[in-house]
Formats: sequence, structure tokens, C-alpha cells
Amino acid sequence: MQVTLHQDKCVASGQCVLAAQDVFDQRDLDGVAVLLDDRPPAELHDDVRQAATVCPALAIALADA
Amino acid sequence: MNTPGNVVVVGASVAGLTAAVTLRTLGYDGRLTLIGDEPHTPYNRPPLSKQILAGTWEPDRIKLRTDEELSDLDARLLFGRSATGLDTAARRVVLEDGDSVSYDALVIATGVTPNSLPGAHHLAGVHLLRTLDDALALRADLRHKPGVKVAVVGAGFLGSEAAAAARRMQLDVTMIDPRPVPMRRQFGDRIAGLVGRLHTKNGVSMRCGTGVRRFFESGGRVTGLELTDGTLLDADVVVVAIGAAPAVGWLAGSGLELGNGVECDPTCRAAPGVYAAGDVASWHNDHFGCRMRLEHRLNATEQAQAVARNVLGEGQPFAPVPYFWTDQYDAHIQAYGIFPADAELAVLHGELEGGHFVVAYGHRGRVVGVLGWNSPCELRKLRQLVVDRAPWTSILPTPPTVWPGRHLSASLR
Ligand SMILES: Cc1cc2nc3c(=O)[nH]c(=O)nc-3n(C[C@H](O)[C@H](O)[C@H](O)COP(=O)(O)OP(=O)(O)OC[C@H]3O[C@@H](n4cnc5c(N)ncnc54)[C@H](O)[C@@H]3O)c2cc1C
Ligand code: SF4
Repeated sequence: MQVTLHQDKCVASGQCVLAAQDVFDQRDLDGVAVLLDDRPPAELHDDVRQAATVCPALAIALADA
Repeated sequence: MNTPGNVVVVGASVAGLTAAVTLRTLGYDGRLTLIGDEPHTPYNRPPLSKQILAGTWEPDRIKLRTDEELSDLDARLLFGRSATGLDTAARRVVLEDGDSVSYDALVIATGVTPNSLPGAHHLAGVHLLRTLDDALALRADLRHKPGVKVAVVGAGFLGSEAAAAARRMQLDVTMIDPRPVPMRRQFGDRIAGLVGRLHTKNGVSMRCGTGVRRFFESGGRVTGLELTDGTLLDADVVVVAIGAAPAVGWLAGSGLELGNGVECDPTCRAAPGVYAAGDVASWHNDHFGCRMRLEHRLNATEQAQAVARNVLGEGQPFAPVPYFWTDQYDAHIQAYGIFPADAELAVLHGELEGGHFVVAYGHRGRVVGVLGWNSPCELRKLRQLVVDRAPWTSILPTPPTVWPGRHLSASLR
């Protein structure tokens, strides 16, 4: 799984961190999400899919890799 | 468990589409039909009153799914068609052209329709703001000529965002609301007062505590309005943002309970085989022990996911901690939970006057909500207080304003 994060769309809602905190974090300054791991291990894939689904800004894209 | 072989979803925006996508993700391989009355493929609404209105984004950026992803859904997509009736006994949805579609399970996701103001909407220059077409029409009018005078009627989150977008375009903006401060219903007097000051600081002329008496026109176009306190205002463009009502007209006579929205049980089920999700759904949230209907973007996703699972037989109550955000000028306001009018307030991080803070709302001895103003990380960490329904007294002993936010946050993570 290849994760892409579009920071210019992010509204700093933190839903991705709540869903998958090993893969996403938020910048202290403005809360914009940062990607900690763009190729997360298989056991985190469900959490990352949930993060992409709940992101209210559609800022997280997933691709097979 | 009896899984249905034929699911119909009415309403093709975020809740309807998410229900359909989730069904497929969960392995549902039966028939699937998605019906929506808008001509566009599904899109995301929050940017309409922000980036789309301000002109920084074009409509392509807000599509919820690409055309390819939509076709991968393997669903019958009936867009630009509206549902006009429901027969729950025969399990059929009737369409405006007289066609009907039968179902084993139905998901109602028709959202809300904005309230209008009597005597105004036949005039050019008067706008609602719910759909992409609304936002593009309003944007064109705001750009029509320099120095446009804008009147925003209603200072809820939509009116507030529209006012902020118009100010960003350097326009002359007046905001009118019968309540004493903007966003009072959402956040209570204290925080609402800060929102009011924010607008004033950014050059909006605030007319709180007054309503609109009548509109003036010339050649079918609005030219101004008279307020209930007698004030006369010039206006080239009027934005009417006075709330919305659940889109349940098509369900009249269906036998469903239609109080404030489609009334559901805690699992979001309204009748055998019938579920509702998103802005249109009213259900009992067991976490807070009360019935609610939310007009929030995240809820539409989460509730649609829960409904998809329940359509497939899971039967789990949907009991989330709601989340909401709004962007106005440089203020990014986010909130978790509920905000009863008579709640108590405590500052957990930052200072109310400082432009960065988190406050907790206490009700009947529990923390029921936390609201952050330009403090997304601190807010996310304090959300747990609402999840735990922490006793109000447990967050009070130390004077809350001097709490070491970081330390507290770390221990809650
Ligand atoms: C301008 C704007 C800005 C917003 N900003 C924020 C924000 O910053 N933060 C936030 O949390 N929330 C925000 N929201 C709220 C959020 O967009 C909604 O909560 C969300 O769109 C609800 O999704 P839904 O699918 O339930 O309903 P909707 O998005 O309303 O979709 C319902 C769909 O059903 C269709 N429909 C209705 N009746 C019928 C029928 N009889 N037959 C067929 N189709 C029908 C409608 O045309 C519509 O396409 C905003 C909303 C608006 C309008
Ligand atoms: S869920 Fe989306 S909008 Fe929210 S912080 Fe993550 S990327 Fe940003």
C-alpha cells in the first residue's frame, strides 16, 4: 500500500491520527497532517483505509504497491 | 443473519455514497442502486462556502470519487433523478418520472434543504448556499462588479463562512441575525461572542438582534432591505443562510416517523429494511443518552459506515462523539461532542482572548463537549474527556487556565 497525503487539502481534523496514529501525525503549529510512513505494514492497512475514508477533506489517497 | 440481495440508496452525496462504498468494501455483492437528484457526480460540500466561494478552488477539486471509482462501485447510478415516494409495504421507491425501484434494504440519505425567506427568492441577487450550483452562482454575483454590497442573513456557521469569503474578496459585508451573537445556538454565548468580535475585527458590519422586514428591488433585482429595527441597507447580493430542514417531503405517507428528520432507533433503523444516515437522520445516541440529528460532515461518513454494517446484519448501535469544524478568517474552530445551551465552560488550554484555546463544556456533571480555537492538536488529545464522559469535577480542581496543556495532553494520549 502506497499512501499519499495532500497537505493543501487537509483541514487539520485529526481523524487520520485517531484512526492510525502510527501512520499519521499532526503538525504542532497548525494541525496539518504529516505522513509518518508512506508504505505502512500490512497489519495497519485496515486502519489506514479507515483514515482515508473518514478524512473529511479527502486529503488521503491510497494506491496498491 | 439475512443479508439483502438488493440495496437501494436515495441521496447521492457523502452519506449515500459512503453507504454504497462501504457495502462493497464489506463484501456485499448483491444489486446496488444509488439515486440522487443533482446532475453532478457526488462532491464534497464544506469547500463550497470556503475555497469554492473564495475562488481559490475549482469544482474539479471537490469530487468525492473519480468517474472510474464510481464505475468500480458496480452500482446502478441514477443521477439527476429524484425520488418522490416510498411504499414501505411493497418495498418500492417511486421516482419523479413514475418509474419505481424495488429494494430489500433501503438507505435514506437525502440530507437537508435550506430554509428560504418569504418574499425574497424570486429576486435576482438573492442566494441560498447548499449545492455546487448555488456556490457558483453566488460566486459569479460577488465578482460581478467591484464594490458589491453584500448582506448575509443568518449568522450560523454557513452565513459566517460566506461573510468571511466575501470579506476576503474585499467586499462590503453586513451580517444580520435576530439572535444577540453569531453561532450562539452552536456554541453558547461566551464563544459566540468571540465569533462576533472576529467578524467585527475583520470589517463585517454586524446587525445582531434584528431581522429582515422586507426587500427592495429594481427591475427584478434586489437593491436593499429594511431590518425590523427600521434600518435601511443597500445590497446588491443577499445570502440567505437561516438553517435547513430535513429533506423528507418525498417520504410523506410512507408511514415512517418524520419528526425532526427520519426517526430511527439507536442502530439507525427506521422500519424493517429501512435505514437513514447523514443530515436527514434522527437517532438515539446512546453515548449521550439523547436523540440527535447532526448536520456535520464527519457524521455523514461515520453514520453511513454504521448503516452499511447494520444493513448487512450487524445490528450495532451508532453512538459516536460528534465532530464539527468551521473556518472563518484566520480562525479554525473545531469541536467534539454536544454543546447544550446551559452547559458550564472551563478553559483547558490557552486563553480565550489569546486566539488559541480549548474549552470544555460540562453538563449534568459530565464533560459533554470540547471546543478548540486554532488548537487542533491539543483539541484532539482532549477529545478523550468526551469519550470518557469525564466527571466535570475531575477537570476543575486546579485552576484550569494554568493547566500545563502539554503535560495533560501527553497523559491522555
Ligand atoms: C456550504 C456548506 C459548508 C459546510 N461546511 C461544513 C464544515 O465546515 N464542517 C462540517 O462539519 N460540516 C459542514 N457542512 C455540512 C456537511 O456538508 C453535511 O453535513 C453533509 O454534506 C451531509 O451529507 P449528507 O449526505 O447527509 O447530505 P447532503 O450532502 O445534503 O446530500 C443529500 C443529497 O440528497 C439529494 N436529495 C435530496 N432529496 C432527494 C430526493 N428526493 N431524491 C434524490 N436525491 C435527493 C440532495 O440533492 C443531495 O445531493 C457544510 C455544508 C454546506 C452546505
Ligand atoms: S483526517 Fe484528513 S483533514 Fe483531518 S488531519 Fe488527517 S489528512 Fe487532515
